[in-house]
Amino acid sequence: MHAGSPRVVLDDDALRRTVVRVAHEIVEKNADLTDVCLVGIYTRGVLLADRLRAAIAAASGTMVDVGALDIAFYRDDVTARAADGRQPVVHSTRLDFPIDGRTVVLVDDVLYTGRTIRAAIDALLDYGRPGRIQLAVLVDRGHRELPIRADYVGKNLPTSPQDRVFVTLAGHDAADAITVVGRA
Amino acid sequence: MVIRGARVIDPASGVDAVLDVEVRDGVIAALGSGLVATAAAEEIDATGLTVLPAFVDPHVHLRTPGQEYKEDLESGTRAGAAGGYCQLLAMPNTVPTIDSRTVLESLFERGERDCVIPTGFLGAISVGLAGAQLTDMYELASCGVAGFTDDGRPVERAGLLRRAFQYARPIALPIALHEEDLTLSRGGHMHEGAVSAELGIGGYPGIAESAMVARDLAIARYEDARVHLQHLSTRGSLEEVARARAAAVRVSCEATPHHLLLTDQAVRSLHGDAKMNPPLASEDDRQALIAAVRDGVVDCIATDHAPHAFEEKDAPFEQAPNGVTGLETAFAAIYGGLVLPGILPLATVLRAMSLAPARAFGLVEPTIAVGRPANLALWDLADRHVVRADRFQSRSANSAFIGREVVGRCHLTIAAGRVAWRLAPVGDPR
Amino acid sequence: MDDLRRHLIAIGDLDREGIERILETAASFESVQEREVKKVPTLRGRTVVNVFFESSTRTSSSFELAAKRLSADVMSLKASGSSVDKGESLKDTIQTLSAYGPDVVVIRHAAIGAALKTTGYTNAHVVNAGDGKHQHPTQCLLDLYTIREALGRLDGVQVAIVGDVLHSRVARSNIQGLLAVGAQVLLVGPPTLIPRGIEATGVRVSHEIGDIATADVVYVLRMQSERMAEGANYVPSLREYTERWGVTSSRVSPRQIVMHPGPMNRGVEIGADLADSNQSLILRQVQAGLVTRMAVLYDLVTRPYRDTAERPAVEVAA
Repeated sequence: MHAGSPRVVLDDDALRRTVVRVAHEIVEKNADLTDVCLVGIYTRGVLLADRLRAAIAAASGTMVDVGALDIAFYRDDVTARAADGRQPVVHSTRLDFPIDGRTVVLVDDVLYTGRTIRAAIDALLDYGRPGRIQLAVLVDRGHRELPIRADYVGKNLPTSPQDRVFVTLAGHDAADAITVVGRA
Repeated sequence: MVIRGARVIDPASGVDAVLDVEVRDGVIAALGSGLVATAAAEEIDATGLTVLPAFVDPHVHLRTPGQEYKEDLESGTRAGAAGGYCQLLAMPNTVPTIDSRTVLESLFERGERDCVIPTGFLGAISVGLAGAQLTDMYELASCGVAGFTDDGRPVERAGLLRRAFQYARPIALPIALHEEDLTLSRGGHMHEGAVSAELGIGGYPGIAESAMVARDLAIARYEDARVHLQHLSTRGSLEEVARARAAAVRVSCEATPHHLLLTDQAVRSLHGDAKMNPPLASEDDRQALIAAVRDGVVDCIATDHAPHAFEEKDAPFEQAPNGVTGLETAFAAIYGGLVLPGILPLATVLRAMSLAPARAFGLVEPTIAVGRPANLALWDLADRHVVRADRFQSRSANSAFIGREVVGRCHLTIAAGRVAWRLAPVGDPR
Repeated sequence: MDDLRRHLIAIGDLDREGIERILETAASFESVQEREVKKVPTLRGRTVVNVFFESSTRTSSSFELAAKRLSADVMSLKASGSSVDKGESLKDTIQTLSAYGPDVVVIRHAAIGAALKTTGYTNAHVVNAGDGKHQHPTQCLLDLYTIREALGRLDGVQVAIVGDVLHSRVARSNIQGLLAVGAQVLLVGPPTLIPRGIEATGVRVSHEIGDIATADVVYVLRMQSERMAEGANYVPSLREYTERWGVTSSRVSPRQIVMHPGPMNRGVEIGADLADSNQSLILRQVQAGLVTRMAVLYDLVTRPYRDTAERPAVEVAA
């Protein structure tokens, strides 16, 4: 494959099946589902959390709590981003339920360096004291910079650091897909 | 010296032609083409340049004595020479005030040594400019003051001004007035109008000037006094002057380059260099001022050159002192901003900057004619440049025109027959 | 975008989009204020210096808490009273404090243009917390935030600003900010306290208190008697002012909301019962001040900017 050409690694059908599989894994791993809540990380983690919730309901009959977490205020690259001309968009965190003592499943689209998850854990701990935190991601593309590992992985995707991975989800984007664009 | 091949323009003597000008023994010895210079005389190739009568500024602050860190006689007069001036009149609001023979005599002595061009002084109307006690006006006149003024401050009390007019009538020197009703201008730091309303800076209403002009012209008329109104800035004041002229009041008056070219919009920068007294007024006032110069209601253009140290002007707007420098930018700013665009005729500007102020104060009239003392300047009227703070001869750089494009650069000034300014290399084709 | 400036000196430094972005960010800080841990680590390791040359408990405490809630190190300096009203001291003070390398300098000063001057003395982002009668942009932002929260919109909202507009930086910032977001502004007060020429900004002016009836928001200004030079005669007496222009319960309808930048003179420009009524948003304004100032600090530090010289550098043309 030559540099710059996009490669679809998961189409909409495969993506849907992947979400259902991850939902089953969450159900299997957590005996008491009423103890579980899903917290999506803005932007696409929030959409994924909603889909997982529906899939968990279909698999178990339980509607778990779902929330949205904005980590803009917890980033460790606030000024690095200012210099490159991008400013993180700020969203409102929405956690309408207590998280103390419960199992919180953080949901995000791509796991890469681990810094986003570090920020999300910090943010979460400022909202309360969960009994345990688990992590569900659609794609793990490797290249971790922190000792963080996902409990549920939709797809392990070997990439080079120069590759860019795009997750598009209907509801926010045109259609469901995971695409990799390689670089020279 | 022979200045060869310049265009010579002097509306006063009716000259406008490419001529050679020979200056010998301080006098214009010959005007013509193909003049033969004596072997020893310097020749200047002035092809493409313009000879104009040198200017007379009836209103400058040379800050001497007492505030030489802002300006001294040497730097101030050198700034004047660089701007094409041959004579200046300095205001008496110095430290101490020029209100006694002692101060005046020591100034003349220093002037003899330091001044690059002939410089006269106005004496104070009231002792210490305090507006209470008249100065010894006869003594000051006998020492050689060119007139009287309390400039920087108005003569607040009508009764005192009337006494000054009455008492000084036999002296026959003009009394020059800074027109401001302090009860109306109090708390004001800029022209009162839409811009002051928006910025929140205390407004100085135009009537603070025009109401005082009306009062003082009434007194001058009653006493048949010779009065000179300084730095007029508003339409209302100009209407009062026109009315008084029609009633044969002997009044002359000034407009400054900054009031002719800038408005209160310049204050939006909140920079101290946009602050002076009277303040930059509205566009309507500016248009009225331009028309008044065109129609001769305003006869003189004066700079009100008022140097201040950088640190003083660097203060927040309301705390910055009033005043801007002007000698080195006056003609180029007006030429570029008003003459070239066809708003004011060159002849009108030359007259207002040279002949009219000389007449108003009885000074030597800088006419370009054979046999006259040489008071002329050589200009490059094609030199378009941006005013820079680091290019002034003045000790201070608080010009309102910094960053503005002006047209005209003075290459040579001859004042009272002597070379006072030379921009090297002179005559170098550009 | 035109609002990519390093500093917040006047509300006009922000365009409509910039104002709305800050209000959005402020809203997201609301949820933080409801948590047990009311702090986020955003500005951890950064330094915010508050320099107040003019006393102000409200604004300085609001900025201080805002910076602390963002985990910044905060140094608050009250420099009022002494010899600080000269320009030179402002320069010395700012240059001295800037030697510590602060990221943001928040400045309150009695002189118009002091905040703008400050930008020339420091490499930090400068936030104007009030400069004389000129501007108070964070007050404007918190007021916009409060109005938007109460009415659900800003566009087309009618705001009557009542009282001493002449001496009020709050009024000047609010006029600009309100007009920028599409609100309509009516100024009401005695002719001596409405600056001549202010209509040119696009506001309407009335001298009749009854004209506030059509407003959605009645914004009452403090009667700043301390700003009036002795004998200036802006109003002959506070008693007459209150009688003619005081905002009381009988002069507003229950559907109107009432705001005041504080501190209030109860019984002078605003009726005591009205100030404490539930149509008064005065305490809500204080809370909005905290999240809005958090948003301003966050926005300045994280926003990509391009340097806009306040006075263009001068270069020779030829």
